[in-house]
Amino acid sequence: MSDGERLRMIEAVRETLRAELERDDDVVVYGEDVGRAGGVFRATQGLAEEFDDRVFDAPVAEAGIVGVGVGLAATGLRPVPEIQFQSFLYQGFHQLAQHVARMRSRTRGTVSCPMTIRTPYGGGIHALELHSESFEAGFAHVPGLQVVVPASPAETAGLLRSAIRDPDPVVFMEPTRLYRAAGESVPDDHEVPLGEARVVQPGDDVTVVAWGSMLKETLEAVEDVDGSVEVVDPRTLYPMDTATIVESVRKTGRCAVVHEAPKTSGLAGEIFARVNEEAFYHLEAPMERVTGYDVPVPMFAREDAYVPDAARIAEGIERTLE
Amino acid sequence: MPRETVAEFAVEEVQVLSEDETVDEELLPDLSDDELLEMYESMKRSRRLDERAISLQRRGELGTYAPAIGQEAAQVGSAYALADDDWVVPSFREGPALLVHGTPPEQMLQYALGMEEGAEIPGGTGALPPAIPVGSQPLHAVGIGWGEALQDRDNVAVTYFGDGATSEGDVYEALNFAGVYDAQTVFLCQNNQYAISTRIEKQTQAETLAQKAVAAGIEGIRVDGNDVLGVYRVAREAIRKARNGEPVLIEALTYRRSMHTTSDDPSAYREDEESEAWEARDPIVRLQVFLEDRGILDQELEEDIDERVEEEIADAIDAARAANEALDPADMFRHVYDEMPPELERQFEAFGGEADE
Ligand SMILES: Cc1ncc(C[n+]2csc(CCOP(=O)(O)OP(=O)(O)O)c2C)c(N)n1
Repeated sequence: MSDGERLRMIEAVRETLRAELERDDDVVVYGEDVGRAGGVFRATQGLAEEFDDRVFDAPVAEAGIVGVGVGLAATGLRPVPEIQFQSFLYQGFHQLAQHVARMRSRTRGTVSCPMTIRTPYGGGIHALELHSESFEAGFAHVPGLQVVVPASPAETAGLLRSAIRDPDPVVFMEPTRLYRAAGESVPDDHEVPLGEARVVQPGDDVTVVAWGSMLKETLEAVEDVDGSVEVVDPRTLYPMDTATIVESVRKTGRCAVVHEAPKTSGLAGEIFARVNEEAFYHLEAPMERVTGYDVPVPMFAREDAYVPDAARIAEGIERTLE
Repeated sequence: MPRETVAEFAVEEVQVLSEDETVDEELLPDLSDDELLEMYESMKRSRRLDERAISLQRRGELGTYAPAIGQEAAQVGSAYALADDDWVVPSFREGPALLVHGTPPEQMLQYALGMEEGAEIPGGTGALPPAIPVGSQPLHAVGIGWGEALQDRDNVAVTYFGDGATSEGDVYEALNFAGVYDAQTVFLCQNNQYAISTRIEKQTQAETLAQKAVAAGIEGIRVDGNDVLGVYRVAREAIRKARNGEPVLIEALTYRRSMHTTSDDPSAYREDEESEAWEARDPIVRLQVFLEDRGILDQELEEDIDERVEEEIADAIDAARAANEALDPADMFRHVYDEMPPELERQFEAFGGEADE
C-alpha cells in the first residue's frame, strides 16, 4: 500500500490484513470462502496466494471457526477469522460468550484470546433474511469482549490494525453498506486506538451519537437541522469512551443517539444511562433515540421502512431542540 | 485379543437411469406414464422459474436468488415420494421440492421480492419457510418427525440441506437426535460439490456424506442425484422406513449448474470444463430421453408442456408484482407477537401504522 492511497472500506480491510500478515507471522486469517474466492465480499481477495500458510478456507461451521480460534490463540497465534454475516455469529455465540470472552479471566491471566472476529453487519444492501442484523448490543453485553464498528475506510484500517494487535478479543463489525462507498485516503500503518471516540463534527446545540452505517446517514441529516449539531462516533462500543460523549453533552445540553439495531435494550439506552449519571444537570431537554424497531429486520421489500434514514434522524434531533 | 475390529460399515449407491441412458429395469420404480410426465413437468417448471428469476434479478426486480438449476432431480424425485400431509423442511435452494409439495410459484417469487408474505406456509401443505442459516433446519425436521410419532401419526418430515451444511454442529445434533428418538425423519443432503466457493474436499475428508449417518446409528445411503428415478426409488424406501421410526440420511450426488446465488460469480473458483461435463448429465435431459425412448413423450407434448409452464410462470410473475405494489410496510410490526406488546404498539403508532379491524 503506498502511503495515502485512496481506498474503499473493503480495500482498507484487505490492505490492513495484508500489512498485518506481513508484519506479524502469528496472524492467521480464515473463514468460509476466505481463501480461494477471497471472501463473499472479496475482503481477503489475493491473500491466500500471498500467504498460503496463513490464510485458509474453513468448513461451514461458525462454532468451529470461533472455537478453533481459542485454541490457535492458546498456542500463541493471532486468529483473525471472518464470519460471513453477523447473524451467523449466533452459531458461534456460545464459543464467543463461554470461552473467547472468558479465557483470560478463567485462567487468571495465563491464557488469553487475542482474536479479531471480523463480520459484516447491518442493512441497506437488499440481502436475504438474516443478512442485515445489528447485534452490537448483544456482543457488548458479554464481559470480556470488545466491540468495534468503523464508519469509513481510514477508520477501518486504523481500528482493524489496533484490534489485531490488541491482547484481548474484538468483535469487529463492518457496515456492509459502506463497503463500496467512496474511497478515502488511508495513511500507511494507520492506527486508531480502541476505546476512543471521535468528534466527527463540532457543534454547540445538540450532541448526536452515531456509529457505523448510521454515521453517514446522520451527517446527511444534520445538514437539514436548524441548529449547530455536534456529531460523536464512539467507534468502540465496548469499552465506550463515555468521557468524550459526556463532555459533549455538558457543552450542548442535549443528546440524541442513532442506531440501526432495535430500540429495546439497544445501546442508546446505555448511553442515556451514562449521560444521566454524569451530565444530568446539564440536560436541557429529554434525550431522543432514533433506532430500528422491535421487530425482526424485515426482508428487503420493507427494509427501507425499518432502517433509520436521514429524515427520521433529523426529526429525532429536532425534537431535542424544541 | 488386544485389538480387533468392532465395527465396519459400507455405503451403497443407487442409480436407476444411468448417464448413457441405460436403465436398471429391476430397480425401476412402478410409476405410471402420467406420473412420469408429472415429474418431468415439475422439473421443467422449476428450471424455468429459476431462469426467469435470474433474469428478473439482473434487471433489478428481485433480490438475491439461489437457483437450483441442475439439482431438480434430487428435489423433485424425493418430494414426489411424499404424501400431501407429510412435511418439507427446506434450506434456501429448495424451489423444485417446494413446487412439488404445493407452494405456488407466485409465493416463491414474493419471497424473492423480499416480501415476508412469501414465507407464509401455503394452506394445507406442511412446508416450512426457507431456512437461511445453513444447517439449522434439520433439527426442526427431527422435532416434527418425533412430534408426529408422539401423537401416533405416521407423517414424516423430509429435510433438505447441502454438503456444506454437514459441517455445522446442528446437523450432527439432528442426526443424533433422530437416532435416539426414532424420529420419522428423512435427511436429504444434496451434495452439489460446493459450498459457495468451497469444494467438498475442503469441507470434509469423509469419502461420502452418507456415512455421516453411521456415527448417529442411523441408515445412510447414496444415490445419483441427477437420476430422478433413482432418487424417487431411494426416497420412497427411506420414507417408508421413516414412517416406521427409522430415520435415513440420503446423500444425493449432484451439481449446482449455475451460481451459488445471483451475487456470486462461480468463474472465480471453478473451471468451465467441470461445469460442461455436468451439463452432459443434466437431470431433465436424462428423463426426457428416457421418456422419448419409451414413447411416452414426443415433440408435440414437449412443446405443450413448455407452453403451459411458460404461461403459469408469467402469470405468477404478474401476481407477485401486483402483490409487491400493494405492499404495506407497517406489516413488519404485525406478526412478531400474538398480541402487540405496549412498547411495540407505541412504535407501530409512531410509524403511522393503523390497528386492524
Ligand atoms: C450459518 C450460516 N453460515 C454461513 C452462511 C452463508 N452461506 C450461505 S450458503 C453457504 C454455503 C452452503 O453450502 P451448502 O450447504 O453446500 O448448500 P448449497 O449452497 O450448495 O446449496 C454459506 C456459507 C449462512 N447462510 N448460514
